[in-house]
Amino acid sequence: MVLAGCGSSQSTLAPHSGPAHDIDTLWWVMLVGSTIVFGVVTTLVLVGALRRRGERPPVQTDTPLARRLVLWGGALVPLVVLVALFAFVLRTLPSTSSAQASKGRLTIRVIGHQWFWEIRYPGAGVVTANELHIPIGVPVRIEARTADVIHSFWVPALNRKIDMIPGKDNEILLETDRAGTYRGQCAEFCGLEHALMAFFVVAQPPDRFRAWLTHEQLAASGGPKQGREVFMSSGCGGCHTIRGTGAIGRYAPDLTHVGSRSTLAAGTIPNTRAELRRWIRDPQHVKPGNKMPALGLTDEQIDALIDYLESLK
Amino acid sequence: MAATDIAAAERVERLERLWAEPHGLWTFLTTVDHKKIGKRYLVTAFAFFVLAGAEALTMRTQLAQPGERLVGPKEFNQLFSMHGITMIFLFVTPMLSGFGNYFVPLMIGARDMAFPRMNALSYWIFLGAGFFMYSSFLFQLAPNDGWFNYVPLSDSVFTPERNIDFYNLGLLFLTISTTAGAVNFIVTILRMRAPGMSINRMPLFCWALLATSLSVIFALPALSAANIMLELQRKFGFHFFDVKKGGDPLLWQHLFWIFGHPDVYIIFLPAIGIVSTIIPTFSRRPVVAYTWVALATMSTGFIGFGVWVHHMFATGLPQVTMIFYSAASMLITIPSGVQVFAWTATVLTGRPVLRTPMLYVLGFIVVFVVGGVTGVMFAAIPFDQQVTDSYFVVAHFHYVLFGGAVFPIFAAIHYWFPKITGRMMSERLGVVGFWIFFVGFNLTFFPMHISGLLGMPRRVWTYEHGLGWDVYNLLSTIGAFTLALGILLVVVNVLLSLSGGPLAGPDPWGANTLEWATTSPPPDYNFPVVPTVRSANPNWDPADRLEDERRLREGSYVLDDGHETPATTVLDADVDRVLAMPSESPWPFALALALTIFFTLFLVAHFVFAAISSVLIFAALLGWHATEPQQS
Repeated sequence: MVLAGCGSSQSTLAPHSGPAHDIDTLWWVMLVGSTIVFGVVTTLVLVGALRRRGERPPVQTDTPLARRLVLWGGALVPLVVLVALFAFVLRTLPSTSSAQASKGRLTIRVIGHQWFWEIRYPGAGVVTANELHIPIGVPVRIEARTADVIHSFWVPALNRKIDMIPGKDNEILLETDRAGTYRGQCAEFCGLEHALMAFFVVAQPPDRFRAWLTHEQLAASGGPKQGREVFMSSGCGGCHTIRGTGAIGRYAPDLTHVGSRSTLAAGTIPNTRAELRRWIRDPQHVKPGNKMPALGLTDEQIDALIDYLESLK
Repeated sequence: MAATDIAAAERVERLERLWAEPHGLWTFLTTVDHKKIGKRYLVTAFAFFVLAGAEALTMRTQLAQPGERLVGPKEFNQLFSMHGITMIFLFVTPMLSGFGNYFVPLMIGARDMAFPRMNALSYWIFLGAGFFMYSSFLFQLAPNDGWFNYVPLSDSVFTPERNIDFYNLGLLFLTISTTAGAVNFIVTILRMRAPGMSINRMPLFCWALLATSLSVIFALPALSAANIMLELQRKFGFHFFDVKKGGDPLLWQHLFWIFGHPDVYIIFLPAIGIVSTIIPTFSRRPVVAYTWVALATMSTGFIGFGVWVHHMFATGLPQVTMIFYSAASMLITIPSGVQVFAWTATVLTGRPVLRTPMLYVLGFIVVFVVGGVTGVMFAAIPFDQQVTDSYFVVAHFHYVLFGGAVFPIFAAIHYWFPKITGRMMSERLGVVGFWIFFVGFNLTFFPMHISGLLGMPRRVWTYEHGLGWDVYNLLSTIGAFTLALGILLVVVNVLLSLSGGPLAGPDPWGANTLEWATTSPPPDYNFPVVPTVRSANPNWDPADRLEDERRLREGSYVLDDGHETPATTVLDADVDRVLAMPSESPWPFALALALTIFFTLFLVAHFVFAAISSVLIFAALLGWHATEPQQS
């Protein structure tokens, strides 16, 4: 079994937080128990099926031994094991419960959209997308909301998942002591591009986090003029926001600092000039069904637009 | 020849005349013989199984490697939705109904189901609803929001096309069939057992179908309510699930899973009934702890109604609620544990004969235990919240449903083929087919546990390279094609054996239940004389079978004066009346046709015409009831 370590793994078996670690322990305990159960039953079946019995006729009545096997193997032993497991679950439950989120010292609101993640830092007035920065060592309260259908917020390395349901105020706690990038992905089927709706949690030391947040608060200023004009005249601002400009759309990811993000289209492609060109030219090929149309721009316009977007650091 | 023998031959001849149905198209449409209807169920359901398999192979090819573009998300979402809908609603349940239809009357010594025409109606509606739902592919509008179809994704804002109308109306339509079938099984099992087959001597397959049918009666209304509410919201602007107008999307989830979890047992219980039937035959002894197994079957059906919330642990419900459902979900493993150990003890104290049906059953026990232990894991709330909606859950429920239901179905195909056709299947081809099937199954679904633990969500049409999922997906795909090869071998075996298999005789396996006390295939009237039953293993009582022959010669319990079968009391199975059974009738087909027209018009939103077409429904019902037979 590949137990991928850190990096941007999405494995449940590479926990990087208290709650994820508790779940991981629960899993290994249950795996050991399950293996024993499986081993016992399989052995009994194989012994029963393959044992040579000579010509002795089969027993026609329920021998006391057979009945005892059913009673103990089928009911009493499982009952004891299940009670023990139940107690273990109750012990694990608090650390992963939603109520933990109230401990959070920083609140971040994550809003699921078809098919990207809007991320808001209410205190700081920062809005970004698909890249969730958190400080390490600080309990972070995630308010999981949705703008449309049900999504599910899931970063396996940091905690269990929590559904984002219209009308429900769901919350979850994220807290880690280790800096790193953790991949997350929508876990509730949400329509056409459910598959291409990933995001990254970037856990940073508090000072670097603060620096990042302060930078994100800045509105966009200037940038290459030609590209900005392409952006404004092609209708991009109808869906996207770039703070400090006339683009105030609310339907698509906030692009104020898009140049600083490592991926595009909810983790679908790396944020490079080549990929950005492919994306702008034919978004429906890169991520079929997503809501961004091809704009039919010329190569020069696209080059200018890329210059502009990549300048939005 | 003694005079009594001549009299017996005359009686049998009279039964032949009374129960024979002419051949031809008209009889094809009007038959009410449970054996013909059972065979139709089996063939039709298997055809849907092949379709669902083709959908699965397409998906597995798409997922064989990251970034594959064989199909896009639009097609993929229809494929996985229809795969689930087909396997659950159009294959497993009707397939098991097919075995139930064919074998319940034979196992209890009856000459037909309690309501033969309603039985025909159930089949025709199943066929109509199946065509109805599959016609959606012609317009590329197959249901596309998964088999549990969560709102608001499935409302008219996010899925404005007719995909979900096919889903809602198709399921409503099909539910009529399933419910009618369940009522029929309940009455047949409780009231039509041979005299002497008291309830504590009833075959475990009948116990299983009784538990299943009771679950159907109580579970399906929740699904129908949800379907009706959603259709009202989609077509007439109601707001049951619309938050902005005071509705709640979680209402759908509750209604769906109040149906959906019992449905797991509706799928699985008849299958373990098959297991409890086959194990004694091939262990050469009665099942150990019969009473406990029967009680476990019933209690599984009952507790199955108290665990649905474990499908919703990630929705943010209060912790107290979750703890209750976690405990109930753990508790339900106890009856399953009892059954697994009863089977194991039967094998251990018997002298197993490893013929193909037994191989499938032993294979079933092994894979079902895997599905069972991962099932317990899903009762562990935090772990459930971590891996639900990942491939781990896909692995789990395929071990439970494919392992728990399809393995027994394949055991049943091999086991009952001689009874249905009068011919044996090839044992060598059967064994080879089993091993390919077994290896293919595990190769397909075991790696999914790992890809799920590595974070792969379910219902994704593609995935990214570099997350550690590639190799497990490739293995699953190779496994899927291996499994398909195994299934193909079984089909080949069936087709070759239909005409070329050696003759089976009445009882090729030396089995303990009554279907083996009559010829293979059984005559139209099933038994020349109502069988004598004095134990839970009536076909292992040679004295009773001789008693049947004596009764035939004497003419007692032959019931050759009319189209008749006895009704008996619920607990003790004492004869309390003789039922006059209906003969061929065109009305079930006509009613199913009228319903198909109604649902089709409703689908295309011609509500006025739909209302007018309901006249046809009432006309068919009138015709049906105008010919109600006289009770004797």
